[in-house]
Amino acid sequence: MAIAQRENLPATSLFRRPSATTGVWSWITTVDHKRIGILYGVTSFVFFILGGIEALLLRLQLAAPDGKVLDADLYNQLFTMHGTTMIFLVVMPMSAAFFNFFIPLMIGARDVAFPRLNAFSYWVFLLGGIFLYSSFFLGGFPDGGWFGYAPLSTESYGALPNAASRMDFWALGLQILGIASLVASVNFVTTIINMRAPGMSFMRMPVFVWMTLVVNFLLLFAMPVIAVALFQVMFDRFFGTGFFDVAMGGDPVLWQHMFWLFGHPEVYILILPAMGIVSEILPTFSRKPLFGYPFVVFSGIAIGFMGWGVWAHHMFAVGLGPVANSAFALSTMFIAVPTGVKIFNWLGTLWGGRIRFKTPMLFSLGFVAMFVIGGLSGVTHALVPHDAQQTDTYYIVAHFHYVLFGGAIFGLFAGMYYWWPKVFGRLLGERLGKLHFWLMLIGFNLTFGPMHILGLQGMARRYYRYRAEDGFTAWNFIATVGSFIIALSILVFLVNVALAHRKPKTASADPWDGRTLEWTIPSPPPEYNFAEIPTVHAVDDFWHRKYAEDKSGRAQPVPAGGSEEAESGHDGHGIHMPSPSYFPLVAALGLPLIGYGLIYQWAIAAVGAMMTLVGLYGWALEPSTEPEPAQHESTSSRVAD
Amino acid sequence: MRRATRPALASLILLATACAKNAPYDTLSPEGPIARTQDALFKPVFWIAVVVFVLVEGALVYAMVRFRDRGQEGLPRQVHGSPKLEIAWTIAPALILAAIAVPTVVTIFDLSERQPGGMKVNVIGHQWWWEYRYPDGGVVTATDLHIPTGRPVYLDLEAYEEGPVATTPAKKDEGVIHSFWPPKLAGKQDVVPGRVNRMTIQADRPGVYEGQCAEFCGLSHANMRLTVIAHSQQDFDRWLADQKRPAAQPSGGRAASGLQAFREKGCASCHAIGGVSEGLGGPNLTHLASRETFAGGTFRRTDENLEQWLRNPPGMKPGSKMPNLNLSQDEIDGLVAYLQTLK
Repeated sequence: MAIAQRENLPATSLFRRPSATTGVWSWITTVDHKRIGILYGVTSFVFFILGGIEALLLRLQLAAPDGKVLDADLYNQLFTMHGTTMIFLVVMPMSAAFFNFFIPLMIGARDVAFPRLNAFSYWVFLLGGIFLYSSFFLGGFPDGGWFGYAPLSTESYGALPNAASRMDFWALGLQILGIASLVASVNFVTTIINMRAPGMSFMRMPVFVWMTLVVNFLLLFAMPVIAVALFQVMFDRFFGTGFFDVAMGGDPVLWQHMFWLFGHPEVYILILPAMGIVSEILPTFSRKPLFGYPFVVFSGIAIGFMGWGVWAHHMFAVGLGPVANSAFALSTMFIAVPTGVKIFNWLGTLWGGRIRFKTPMLFSLGFVAMFVIGGLSGVTHALVPHDAQQTDTYYIVAHFHYVLFGGAIFGLFAGMYYWWPKVFGRLLGERLGKLHFWLMLIGFNLTFGPMHILGLQGMARRYYRYRAEDGFTAWNFIATVGSFIIALSILVFLVNVALAHRKPKTASADPWDGRTLEWTIPSPPPEYNFAEIPTVHAVDDFWHRKYAEDKSGRAQPVPAGGSEEAESGHDGHGIHMPSPSYFPLVAALGLPLIGYGLIYQWAIAAVGAMMTLVGLYGWALEPSTEPEPAQHESTSSRVAD
Repeated sequence: MRRATRPALASLILLATACAKNAPYDTLSPEGPIARTQDALFKPVFWIAVVVFVLVEGALVYAMVRFRDRGQEGLPRQVHGSPKLEIAWTIAPALILAAIAVPTVVTIFDLSERQPGGMKVNVIGHQWWWEYRYPDGGVVTATDLHIPTGRPVYLDLEAYEEGPVATTPAKKDEGVIHSFWPPKLAGKQDVVPGRVNRMTIQADRPGVYEGQCAEFCGLSHANMRLTVIAHSQQDFDRWLADQKRPAAQPSGGRAASGLQAFREKGCASCHAIGGVSEGLGGPNLTHLASRETFAGGTFRRTDENLEQWLRNPPGMKPGSKMPNLNLSQDEIDGLVAYLQTLK
């Protein structure tokens, strides 16, 4: 976009500012939240494919007794990477893709509070993921589980002689990824609190924005906990400290407390964005407002708080004693209440509606239906004495896949189909979308449904093989078939994307008759988002511009409704946007070097540290927005970053 | 939803899990009072969950069918919420959960108590095998845990890196976390370095109950199984007396050459055999031939399996701490013969 001519500016920083507006360099130096959102989405989807391939290999190994596809060592590496990938490299960043692209659009802002921090967060995420995956070529993937229980993860040697560095990569990789999440959370909390359009009070924010706010507060407090715990692992591994070493006075259970004190809020970090997405889609396709908006919001906040009080339910078999186990059994049961409130409100939204079964709606309904199953099995884990039978079995695997796949992944796909036209100006095909949904729903239930039964039959997790006489064969075979049906559904999605992107950008601004502000602007949105910052008068403000509602709840279209016309024709003249920058990438590039340096050679770490410092220094000196020659009055009031 | 299909469906799910004959680890067919108590807590909650599942999913499907867009004119009534309903569906689940919580807490405390009259066994988790010590007799065994029926057995669980013999006072408090789990007798209990965790198991009837390590403990986690063999008190006492006898001494032939190989090839430095060696680190082999399984409980103690094991232990159990000793066929034959005499 032609925002400003920068040719004749005096040098205000170490380097000339990047000026490309198209091509690779424009993407590398971009600070536009929408482009960063797309980068997040594409990258996390690539990791989704990798994590899926890992899952397929694990399922192939378990398709029959005494599987010969993988050996014990590779199996352990792959299940560790599958969990780590899906949590840290797929669900979290894919949610971040939605935060990045849509939070400013939904709150009527032109950008996020800290655009360059946003770019930094993306590059740190990408490089952290690459760092983690590079371990494959340097001694093997991490093999101590995504939960990295000490002392298995802190022994300075791996399971095999050539595996010494594997868990180093895990600890450092997660540390780097944590930085990405932490800085992003600061950005989104600030953006949502400070940059809402005039009139958008907290209780007029879309539920997705609310859930994003809760998630980012959770991140803000959870990431430091895991960071400290990972520092302890690193110190134990690199410097021979004994945080988790009994012989030196440490305690392995300390790791579990810290890990799950992060890890349980993390579960809500993974699921709340999907809950927010579904809370936007169900009203749109039921053509009714969300039932009990304030209750959905407050139950989300309640989940955010209560999520901190349930960590020890991951540790019922550790031997914490009856008092602690009882306390955490109770807190675990009662977090089901706000979760249930949400489900009932979604049902209330459907009730009496005029439901259009478009693909985003199908995925949202799939989310609700599958999440109910995951929630119910979750309650049974709180039965501490029986949890001693359930924990570390496939019953747990089934439970959290119903929550994180049936929940988070279905919700994220719902969001993709829903917002694809807004992001790319193209609608994904409905027929392929529905095929994708049904294949995924069937494959999902074939894969994870039988795992409930396997778990109750006593199939333990993290076993690279089982015996024919264990009685697990039939259900495992079915689960493996199911996993390939899921893979097929993902292929259908990719075909859908490819076909849609061969067509011209014809999506209208408001293809679904939407309710929130992002549908008021063209698809895809211009760089400045809103030619004119909207003023908000109600929840679902855009809907109320299109439909007038009388006291009895009857709604009529407003003839002159919609504000599409008002937006078109504006060329963005005079709107001053943040300028691209190299420095977020430079600062981020240093982090994996520090990681390699800690593992291999201190000199590399020094180079990495220098690089990050130079990046941060240049970043600090460089103004976030290059002044235009004519010194236009900026129409946006933004927080400086 | 036809009313008749609901219980039928749920029974099917239970049947699918419970009736499998070859399900040695089935958690839903308890064979002792501890596992039965745990199961008794689960079953009613399972049925409550089934009812909630049917109601909620039923309402969802009903809403999808009843309120689908049939191309009607106009918009549906714009209902924003109902505080009464919200309060109702907040309180109703809370009451159900409170009703579940009370017996849960009671059971937690009940199961944590130890009554007089039980038998104590020390259980030690190693990478990747279980060691059992009977405090009142100096009996040390591995893989197979023998217990009397009809009385509680109190297990004190610890995790060691090495396996010192019972007489060694100082122990190395290292190793990794394991979890002891014989599903038909009790749920699992983690075995954590630096702690002595407690659990109770009890069997109703004599029999063989299989189990496994449930906490990921490294490369051969899948090869860390266990067997609990329950006897009548009489038979148990006889077994215990047998175990207290020193190891059998081969009178000659192949077994005697095996004993020689055991001494010369370094086996004795890791394995204790009563009256022969006091090795540390590996399982005590004094009465190996009285055990059903060996090497982490994954393999039956047959001549063929022992032979394969001695040829290359890590080949059979990845990561095995017992290295490949490059034994000759003669040595292997002798060792197998000798080990099989250790009744």
